[in-house]
Amino acid sequence: MSCDQCREREAVIHLTQIVNEQVTTLHLCERCAAEKGVESPGAVAKTPLGTFLAAMGKDAPEQTPAPRTGESCARCGASLQDFRESGRLGCSECYHSFETPLRDLLRRLHGSTHHMGERYAERGPATPSNGGHQEADLREQLRLAVETENFELAAELRDRLRVAE
Amino acid sequence: MIDLSLLTDGGVGWLDASGPSSHLILSTRIRLARNLADHVFQGRTSETEREEILTVVERAARDSVLLRRATKFRLDRLDREDRQLLHERHLVSKELAGLDPEGRVRSGATLLVQDRIGVMLNEEDHLRIQGLHSGFALEAAYAEVDRLDAELGQRLAFAFHPEFGYLTSCPTNVGTGLRASVLIHLPGLVLTKEISKVLQGLAQVGLTFRGLYGEGSEVVGNFFQLSNQTTLGSSEGELLDHLGKMVRQVMDYEEQARQVLLRDAPAIIEDKVWRAYGLLRYARALSFEEAMNLLSGVRLGVGVNLIPDVGMYTLNKLLVYTQPAHLAVAEGVSPTEPDLPFRRARFVRKVLESEVGRRG
Ligand SMILES: [Zn+2]
Ligand SMILES: [Zn+2]
Repeated sequence: MSCDQCREREAVIHLTQIVNEQVTTLHLCERCAAEKGVESPGAVAKTPLGTFLAAMGKDAPEQTPAPRTGESCARCGASLQDFRESGRLGCSECYHSFETPLRDLLRRLHGSTHHMGERYAERGPATPSNGGHQEADLREQLRLAVETENFELAAELRDRLRVAE
Repeated sequence: MIDLSLLTDGGVGWLDASGPSSHLILSTRIRLARNLADHVFQGRTSETEREEILTVVERAARDSVLLRRATKFRLDRLDREDRQLLHERHLVSKELAGLDPEGRVRSGATLLVQDRIGVMLNEEDHLRIQGLHSGFALEAAYAEVDRLDAELGQRLAFAFHPEFGYLTSCPTNVGTGLRASVLIHLPGLVLTKEISKVLQGLAQVGLTFRGLYGEGSEVVGNFFQLSNQTTLGSSEGELLDHLGKMVRQVMDYEEQARQVLLRDAPAIIEDKVWRAYGLLRYARALSFEEAMNLLSGVRLGVGVNLIPDVGMYTLNKLLVYTQPAHLAVAEGVSPTEPDLPFRRARFVRKVLESEVGRRG
């Protein structure tokens, strides 16, 4: 099958897209796919991590571990080699310690490096509660209790709110 | 022996077949992976640290509305049989239950569960917030899990990166940490041999499939778990929307395949589903796998209105209660008991007899 784009080279990437609720498949050669900025999700989906870990192995062959400083995470001590072997990172700081290779990996795994979902900071971790906060917190809990039909708790929260006011 | 009657519906409310499209879709599961910012990831935690994680998260949970009255199961203090029971109820992962062939249960491995939602603690990530709903219910299941995430997030410091989002022990979960799965029954596509094409298509649009028990499990009884593959680069809503669209399409394909079977080979299909029913009704020994496959046949027969007397709820119940640990508990024997296939057949017969008796 030849590439839908250039009609010259052999299509190796088959990209299924959904446009207006219709499923269409685009057959592309490697070069045209790269130009469109796509990688075959099908191809990487199989064992994306495994493929990547294997590729990382090539960049830094195992026979030359060269444990230089900066190669392991300052917080947890995990090295890139540990990650290659286990497929698991050691701590949240590892995302900074190995940022460059990880960025590359995330792009391959997810097609992006940018989190587009809910942001933790906006929901906010617990701040030391003053009176006002506590009341707002109680109100929120009350709303949830009513919503989940937990009426026993709702009654208790209403009592506590009355005291707080 | 643990007492599952402590849980609402014994923790199996999801199989009541009350949810949307429950003739095809058994359940919808949502999970969010979260880690505490001030602890290293699970691969490097010590026993003491895992106890700390458990204490901190449990305190936050008891302080929340949604898990305030949660039942707590310390997997690390349960027998293998009980851990298997929780796993068969889809309440804990294979990893948390330590049921992998080479696996051991990790110290501190715990489940907190209240109604349809819960948190697995000291799993691959510190927290796996999860919700399980009956039928096809992505939005409802997510809404509940999202509320719990917000509640816990107000009380706990989660590891969050401005660009990468929620940080997870495995980079495949980073970003939203969201995995949404739908457990769907696709006998029509299997019988028409269209299934591999459909699954390939799903892989190309960024979805994956697994068997009945999640990661690494085999497909039995034509049940497939369809879920999103990527967790980064799209919002939670977009991920759910995409999965939902694809699942609806797979449901259409399945309905079409069933129509084709009924049109082109009605006698063969009729024979097949009644044969499955007959074996379940009268066989004297059933392996778990055989029971699953026969239940699949009967479910198809009920779905296309060939078998009138059996309810989806009954079939769902049989699906859960004929599993090795469930059956062993009901029968008061070990899950490795050699005569389990005979006990299974007797159990299935009893349930089907009373069902048919009740209906007519
Ligand atoms: Zn081309
Ligand atoms: Zn680290």
